[in-house]
Amino acid sequence: MKPGDRMRLITLLALTMLTAPAQAEFNGEQLYARNCAACHGMDGKGGVGVPLALDDFLASVPDSYLFKTIRNGRPGRVMPAFTNLDDEQIRAIVGHIRSWGPPQPSLSGSPIKGNAGHGKLLFDKHCAACHGANGEGSPGTGVTFSRPRDLPILAPALNNPGFLKAAPDQMIKQTLMNGRKGTPMVSFLEMGLSESDINDIVSYVRSFENENGAATSIQLEAETPVLVYESSYDFATTVENVKKAAIGKNFRIIREQYLDQGMVEPGTENTGQKMVYFCNFQLINEALAIDPRVGLFMPCRVTVVEQDGVIKVMSINPKYLSPLFNNSYLNRACNEMYDIYEAILEEATL
Amino acid sequence: MKFIYKGVWVLCALLFTSQLFAAQMIMVRSTQSFPEAMLALQSAIKQQGYTVSRVQRVDIGLTNSGYQTDKYRVVFFGKAEEVHELTRKHPELLPYLPWKIVIFAEQDETLLASLDPESFNRFFPDDDLGASFERWRKDIYDILERVRSAEN
Repeated sequence: MKPGDRMRLITLLALTMLTAPAQAEFNGEQLYARNCAACHGMDGKGGVGVPLALDDFLASVPDSYLFKTIRNGRPGRVMPAFTNLDDEQIRAIVGHIRSWGPPQPSLSGSPIKGNAGHGKLLFDKHCAACHGANGEGSPGTGVTFSRPRDLPILAPALNNPGFLKAAPDQMIKQTLMNGRKGTPMVSFLEMGLSESDINDIVSYVRSFENENGAATSIQLEAETPVLVYESSYDFATTVENVKKAAIGKNFRIIREQYLDQGMVEPGTENTGQKMVYFCNFQLINEALAIDPRVGLFMPCRVTVVEQDGVIKVMSINPKYLSPLFNNSYLNRACNEMYDIYEAILEEATL
Repeated sequence: MKFIYKGVWVLCALLFTSQLFAAQMIMVRSTQSFPEAMLALQSAIKQQGYTVSRVQRVDIGLTNSGYQTDKYRVVFFGKAEEVHELTRKHPELLPYLPWKIVIFAEQDETLLASLDPESFNRFFPDDDLGASFERWRKDIYDILERVRSAEN
């Protein structure tokens, strides 16, 4: 090995060693701030995500529940699976969350064997109003800019594969028996149910595992990320057609501009790429209630492009983007938007 | 020797980036108020070498509809040359450009979110584009990290 090579290798190894100990310490607070605080708040009081710094919550869930929730997420319920974090990093985050409240409960790992049939009757009567007829939970995200903080937190989706994987039977049972202060979840014992009844409900909830994919975890299928139609009209006429078609679908044209406008000197834009922006304020408000991040779809837009003498109209495919939000309630809105885009593109090029 | 170098660099890269990844959405919370975070965002975008091409307000009628705030914006940004070259080679990318970050108030704090460009690899499987997505991802992380760590 040449001396120069040796020096470079030593430098690289030193860099690696300098980086490694900093990573190995796994500061839970920092990891939480980077990965969790955006949704759950710096202090765990909740936001887009549910509040975590609730004594009753922390007293009823084992660390394994927090760990598995971070690792596997909640398919279709916004909470992503943090597959990028290693076990030690997740444990550090769990340790930080745990620092906000009581230690984890001591729960037996043994499964509960109740009468799921009877549990279903009780579930329908006592749980379905909040958790949904099939345990699908409440729509939307947690308290956020669109939901005042004095509103109750959204009921979790009990049929979600992520929840069922993370929550042991005994945890579900303890929650049913004791309720959770600070949330609408009341003690079922205080409501007059027996421990046997509660076991039956737990067994029914566990039976959701046998269903073929909870509705909350189903994602849209899309064939292409971009919707494209060719226009037989000239560029200017096609732009006008797009505007008329959007207005015809109850949208308001808010702007039209060249793609590179704002990035280049005025007058030097590529005039062969034009974007038509349009909005329907009612749709915006409805979508924001489902997920505050939907601004990433906004404003609605069709791009008209001229390339090699061919005029095309293009848009994003909302069905393709929807899974990135991991919010199954957005699926319906994205399906509707897909239909609207298709209709506008088709009408503009007819 | 080359193999060892490559291995060590890969290790360095993995160690550095392991804390930065999230899922298919990149989100950060800034403890700054909305106007301050908005300024920090625009400044961070410029520092990263991009041009803010437009800021779109998404606030018409929000408070009248019962929302707690109307502080919601979409910030578009890009590099003109890059946009020109990419859309010439890959016109299918047009509807997704320029890139954007949404920024909205949550009480006294501010949330920022962007789609993770790397998740576009499965939309547009192409080595050339993959390199761009990877670079954008790093840039967006750097931009948002700069906003997140900006002092009050």
